[in-house]
Amino acid sequence: MQALEYAMKKTMYEKIWDSHLVVDEAGQAPLLYVDRHLMHEVTSPQAFEGLRLSGRKVRNPHSILATMDHCVPTKNRNLPIADPIAKKQIETMAENCRVNGLKLYDMTDPNNGVIHVVVPEHGFVHPGMVVVCGDSHTATHGAFGALAFGIGTSEVEHVMATQTLPQKKSKTMQVVVNGSLSKFASAKDIALAITGKIGTAGGTGYVIEYTGSAIRELSMEGRMTLCNMAIEAGARAGLVAPDEKTYEYIKGREFAPSGQYWDQALAYWKSLPSDEGAVFDATVTLDAADIAPQVSWGTSPEQVVGVDSVVPAPESFSDEIKRQACENALAYMGLTPNTKITDIPIDYVFIGSCTNGRIEDFRIAAEMAKGTKVATGVTAIAVPGSYHVKKQAEEEGLDKIFIDAGWEWREPGCSMCLAMNGDELTKGQRSASTSNRNFEGRQGKGGRTHLVSPAMAAAAAAAGHFVDIRKL
Amino acid sequence: MEPYKKHESIAALMNRSNVDTDQIIPKQFLKKVERSGFGQHLFHDWRFNDDGSDNPEFELNKPAFKGAKILVAGDNFGCGSSREHAPWAIADYGFNTIISTSYADIFYNNCFKNGILAIKVDKAQLDKLMAEIAANEGVRFVVDLENQQVTTPGGNGFSFEIDPFRKGNLLSGLDDIGLTLKHVDKITEYEQQHKKNYPWLWA
Repeated sequence: MQALEYAMKKTMYEKIWDSHLVVDEAGQAPLLYVDRHLMHEVTSPQAFEGLRLSGRKVRNPHSILATMDHCVPTKNRNLPIADPIAKKQIETMAENCRVNGLKLYDMTDPNNGVIHVVVPEHGFVHPGMVVVCGDSHTATHGAFGALAFGIGTSEVEHVMATQTLPQKKSKTMQVVVNGSLSKFASAKDIALAITGKIGTAGGTGYVIEYTGSAIRELSMEGRMTLCNMAIEAGARAGLVAPDEKTYEYIKGREFAPSGQYWDQALAYWKSLPSDEGAVFDATVTLDAADIAPQVSWGTSPEQVVGVDSVVPAPESFSDEIKRQACENALAYMGLTPNTKITDIPIDYVFIGSCTNGRIEDFRIAAEMAKGTKVATGVTAIAVPGSYHVKKQAEEEGLDKIFIDAGWEWREPGCSMCLAMNGDELTKGQRSASTSNRNFEGRQGKGGRTHLVSPAMAAAAAAAGHFVDIRKL
Repeated sequence: MEPYKKHESIAALMNRSNVDTDQIIPKQFLKKVERSGFGQHLFHDWRFNDDGSDNPEFELNKPAFKGAKILVAGDNFGCGSSREHAPWAIADYGFNTIISTSYADIFYNNCFKNGILAIKVDKAQLDKLMAEIAANEGVRFVVDLENQQVTTPGGNGFSFEIDPFRKGNLLSGLDDIGLTLKHVDKITEYEQQHKKNYPWLWA
């Protein structure tokens, strides 16, 4: 009897998985039903082309929300896009959405912005859903207790045609973050600290559920930042159990359940959190109080240390692969072992992206930027994640704070996170960036990226180098 | 998709870990709306000098690796973005097989959708294969998916595990969507139930 009860306790992932299984037969991958399909211009055109060539139709246009974000300029938005290939991609997106009857927030729409910022703003994702997008940062929506993961373009086509995906069930990992964050550490620092601890392949094959008091204390924006970077730890998805904050956030938004459906939805959502005593395949524990503001020093998000540390030496790694990776990273980054992190000068600051492009991020950054001036030789750009974020920030006067401090206040888009739209570093330039990846060339060929939180980025802009914001 | 056949090919060595999709196909090449023609940009930033000439230091530019269909690479290959342009570039360049200890999830899935066999081996096995290539650049391995076997002239052959569903699709070159649509009645049935259980999603 006890064994039976034990077996019936499920994690949130297992509950969502079980309720979305359409076909589970021997000899083939289980078919999982997809509730929401998010789209942007980069990973979808070939999927639409495939659909067209095979004479198939979009099965459920109602499930799709599309935006344009990767290629869009963040200034002079009224002018035609200068890059003809980007222009064609944007036009192709518009045409594909028009032909198939899909909701699209195009470049000029007041709802436009980065897909993973826009979607929550409209309440399009709810707890318990299966959500996909041809974008690895789809993991963001796990913040709502939805199983959200990135897929390839062939899978985008597959979901459009069938509303399902053949999937392999993941293992479950619980990441427990106990205690409370210090005033100067943020969800971004938790995300970087986790990646530093388990490595970029540490979560491979797993879906992570973040639990513990520090996670409960995070705002919805913070939870989105955290889940966004689950992919940086290699995980298929990140999840946070829904609670009052989640319900409060969703309530009243455009695609939120309303009227008679609200109570029904709420009852369902409340059944989702992992059962007490449910067993995870792996557990990792961190103490939030130990998490200093993080700065990445290398070319992988796992190459990260606290701001009060130094650039590590290759010899400090016992693992041969990690030692070699450190050596390569230091060469690319132009850094010398044992340099204090706070002695690293920067040329560029970027605040924005699906990781840190939400209102909360601009509030904290503006608080740091207030009354300062961008250091000589440094370019600092603030790129809101959406037009709604931009409008909200302007209503609060944040744009003025940035502009007075010498920052550029831009139009929304992915911008320098992946530098597809012309916002990029030149060879050898070094950035403090609130984005999610510090891979070689990510922000421009030869560009050197240091991943940090918005507060750390804003402080670095004023100082011209990294600063331990706890000491300001 | 072309059916995957048993073949003997040059195995190229890329002894790097955490090769990410931004390196496999840098973002400036993601703006095309077609699936083809990405091979010329594979590993662009490593492969070419600033003036566009070949970088002789880059491993795949070695003459011995020309025409390789097999890529032997370090841990956690294909991490980062979901861009399917990465396997498109790899396949278009001419590779149909990758051997590594581990792959990022999305990249791994994407490979099989594009006729690329991604083989997982343990660290010791990978080290042996890497050593064999390093000692004899241009060496040819035989990959037999049907029998899940790789053989090498140096005697470092091995058998590998693969999901039977993925194997079947590679061998037949079958379209995943066609397979799923065989279950269209079950999908419709599920949807009807889904509308009853979660009506607010359909309102």
